[in-house]
Amino acid sequence: MSAPLFLERRRYRRRRLTDAARLLPILGALLFALPLLWPTPEQASAGAGEAGGAAGVAMARSMIYIFAVWAGLILSALLISWRLSRAPEAETETGARSAAPGEPG
Amino acid sequence: MASLNLLVAVCLGYVAILFAVAFLAERAALRGRGGWLRSPVVYTLSLSIYCTAWTFYGAVGYAARSGMEYVTIYLGPTLVMVGWWLILRKLVRIGRSQRITSIADLISSRFGKSTSLAVVVTLMSVIAATPYIALQLQSVTLSFASFASADPGAAPFTSHTATALWVAAGLAFFTVLFGTRNLDANERHHGVVMAIALEAVVKLVALLAVGIFVVWGLGGGVAQTLARINASPIGTWEMQGGRWAGLTFLSAAALLCLPRMFQVLVVENEDEGHLRTAAWAFPLYLLLMSLFVVPIAVIGLDLLPPGSNPDLFVLTVPLSQGRNTLAMLSFLGGFSSATSMVIVASIALSTMVSNHIVMPIFLRATGGGAVMSGDVRHVVLLARRVSIAVVVALGYLYYRLSGGGAALAAIGLISFAGVAQFLPAMLGGLFWRGATRLGALAGLSAGFLLWAWTMFLPGIGTGTLLPASVFAQGPFGIGWLRPQALFGIEGMDPLVHAMIWSLSLNTAGFVAVSLLTFPTPVERLQGAQFVNVFDHSARSQGWSGGLAQSEDLLVMAQRILGGAEAQALFRSEAARQGLAGMLPEPSPDFLHRLERELSGSVGGATAHAMVAQITGGAAVSVEDLMAVADETAQMMEYSSQLEAKSDELSRTARQLRAANEMLTQLSVQKDGFLSQISHELRTPMTSVRAFSEILRDAESLSDEERNRYSSIIHDEALRLTRLLDDLLDLSVLENGQVSLNLRRGTLGEVIDHAVAAAGVASGEIRIRRRRESESVMLSSDLDRLAQVFINLIANAAKYCDAERPELRIEVRRGGDTVSVDFIDNGSGIPTEAHALIFEKFSRIGQSAAPGAGLGLAICREIMARLGGSISYLPGQGGGAFRVTLRADAALAAQ
Repeated sequence: MSAPLFLERRRYRRRRLTDAARLLPILGALLFALPLLWPTPEQASAGAGEAGGAAGVAMARSMIYIFAVWAGLILSALLISWRLSRAPEAETETGARSAAPGEPG
Repeated sequence: MASLNLLVAVCLGYVAILFAVAFLAERAALRGRGGWLRSPVVYTLSLSIYCTAWTFYGAVGYAARSGMEYVTIYLGPTLVMVGWWLILRKLVRIGRSQRITSIADLISSRFGKSTSLAVVVTLMSVIAATPYIALQLQSVTLSFASFASADPGAAPFTSHTATALWVAAGLAFFTVLFGTRNLDANERHHGVVMAIALEAVVKLVALLAVGIFVVWGLGGGVAQTLARINASPIGTWEMQGGRWAGLTFLSAAALLCLPRMFQVLVVENEDEGHLRTAAWAFPLYLLLMSLFVVPIAVIGLDLLPPGSNPDLFVLTVPLSQGRNTLAMLSFLGGFSSATSMVIVASIALSTMVSNHIVMPIFLRATGGGAVMSGDVRHVVLLARRVSIAVVVALGYLYYRLSGGGAALAAIGLISFAGVAQFLPAMLGGLFWRGATRLGALAGLSAGFLLWAWTMFLPGIGTGTLLPASVFAQGPFGIGWLRPQALFGIEGMDPLVHAMIWSLSLNTAGFVAVSLLTFPTPVERLQGAQFVNVFDHSARSQGWSGGLAQSEDLLVMAQRILGGAEAQALFRSEAARQGLAGMLPEPSPDFLHRLERELSGSVGGATAHAMVAQITGGAAVSVEDLMAVADETAQMMEYSSQLEAKSDELSRTARQLRAANEMLTQLSVQKDGFLSQISHELRTPMTSVRAFSEILRDAESLSDEERNRYSSIIHDEALRLTRLLDDLLDLSVLENGQVSLNLRRGTLGEVIDHAVAAAGVASGEIRIRRRRESESVMLSSDLDRLAQVFINLIANAAKYCDAERPELRIEVRRGGDTVSVDFIDNGSGIPTEAHALIFEKFSRIGQSAAPGAGLGLAICREIMARLGGSISYLPGQGGGAFRVTLRADAALAAQ
């Protein structure tokens, strides 16, 4: 009894892993889109009264943010692909089917 | 100061190393020792041709002009690679299972192996890639020039165009040498890939070295450099949201759609598993490539005199500090970036041009084409080589014409936006089965026209191809057609403007036309293959084989794959089919496999056309499908016929078995009967003889005695006569010699007569009738019919073993028949005897009742003569017979 349960659990984990692989680019896109909300210098100077005269977001800070997100994405991808490579290859297909549902032609 | 001569020498040395690496890799692959060639690391590094000279030099210039915007060019590919499970995995799987050779091949194969689509995509790719190749030449030339200007000893460097020409020629030579060395069945170039991997390392090391030098050598450490960045002209976050999002999207699309990226990503892919590594390793590579871009830009802006070209900071910053070795390394990095891009791009483009433009034209021009004698391989190879030269020459021409003016990044983006037009058709083809060829054609054309109008032509320069008035007032004064304010929407960033219009109308056209049109059968088959590639990676579409001649196929395959490869393929297939020798049966499976092998060399559409030429069926048309459907229907009909036949056979067999059983039993019966009949004949004969002897011999007989004896003799003689009459009657009936005496009467009268004649009216059996149902007029031989009834009634009287015997006579009228049932309340006839009771001489059991067993046989014969039938009715709770008369015999009389 315990063997199928064990297998089922591994397959479950693998499915969730592929879910994560699919969601990762969406997360990345959201995080990379975040800078769009940052104030540009004009907006910053317009609101300078209460913000203490900050002139927008400094280049160094923006660089650090972007590269940090980037590195985070790379690490996550590394983790996912490492875990995926350890999972049995044979079950790839079932995960793929749900990834690309084809309409009846 | 670095001398120009030294630079040229280093450059040549580097190129020599590249040649050596490519050569060794090819040789190793040829000898099958190329395991290390197929590592995921090499695959990842080969992807780095995404980073061209535009990236190497241009990113710094880009950053110096627009701050962090340059990073979008890497963020898009990062997202695509990180999300490899979504798109790339499917793309690579399809590429491998369908033997895709280029992006044009992919789109054409998906949409029914359409040649027109392949041609369109190829032309678009060439047009989009030309400025990009020009850009590479320009960057190499510029970097040469900056070295030259830093070398006081050398003559003033004036001959830009000559440098570009030499570089172009050298690149074309290298590409021809290693890119078209062989017509590989799977279109992989180990030597080239290895050289590119080496170049990837060189450019990364070069950029990192310059970056480290700038941050720690010039900037004074990380913190100080960051402070300098904040204090620089690009020190704050300034971003147009539209450009940020648009460029990220564009670069993501470019990674998928650039012909050279498709080449390394899909075509050169050795193993799907490599994607897993590349998913994180390639983004890491990109991150490292872009890490030091801003510091280099800021320090360059700081150190170098205003007005110096920021595109060359990577080179000029070390030069200005007298770091010649570093500058040399940096130059090699830029050189690597440029050369690897040109090499792969020209291979990818030449594959497309030769497969989708030259080969179809060649095949058409040579008429019968594929079955002629001669080698097509040299045609393909020649086409490739010429294409490479033409592609590089086009780039050179563009460089000459454009004057090498525009900023590097702008040219790169034009190219990106151009190839991004493939995206809707490609993704639609991968994920939407409803996408049609016409839809793809419409989308691509719309997108491409808009791209050319809003981006490509303006990109060449205002006033060169398009007069300035067109930009101000629109063509022919039509204001809403102005290239940078389409449909009257002004003030948008030109890039975002062009991208939004071209891609949205592209997608809209693609979707709308796809929805409205109907795909051909091949499109639908291919669509299912592509969209559901993970369900069935095996085969794409069936050839209806049988027409093709294996020998012709072999001749053709030899010309494309080469003799040895083709023969090996054919022999292995023959062995697989269990045939001796070289020629396998042209089964659909084999044709499909052959087509795939060929498509690895000449592209899907061409391979399909070539096989089609020999097999006869150019493509699967609706008619073919209908023929197949017809065939299927026929097969089904045939098989149902077979089924019916086999049913019939088994029925016959059953009947035969029954007949056999009957015959065996009959034979037993006959034996029994013979002894019976001899007994039956002998008994009366014996008494006749005995009593006649007594009459003859005995003298003293009283009259009474004489009377008794002679009446016994008379009775016995009557019995014999009756028996012989019966036998005679039967034989007459069986031989059909009987003449019917047709009379009219009611059924009731006939039964009355029969009951009376059977002599049972009074005593031994009670007869129950329903006279109202018997008033049926008959026109038949009523005497014969009465004979049947008499027999049945007498039988019932004789055999009914009930305590109070009873016979029901029921008349039923149904449809066109009238049936008369004779049902008694005895124990009936055992089932195993049913088959026999109507046979001659059959007697049920060892019954005590007298009779020769001819009655029912005679009844059956009579009924057959009268056009009716008599049968035993099982399951009536007693012996039961049904006499059926045809209704016309009954009704005709009314």
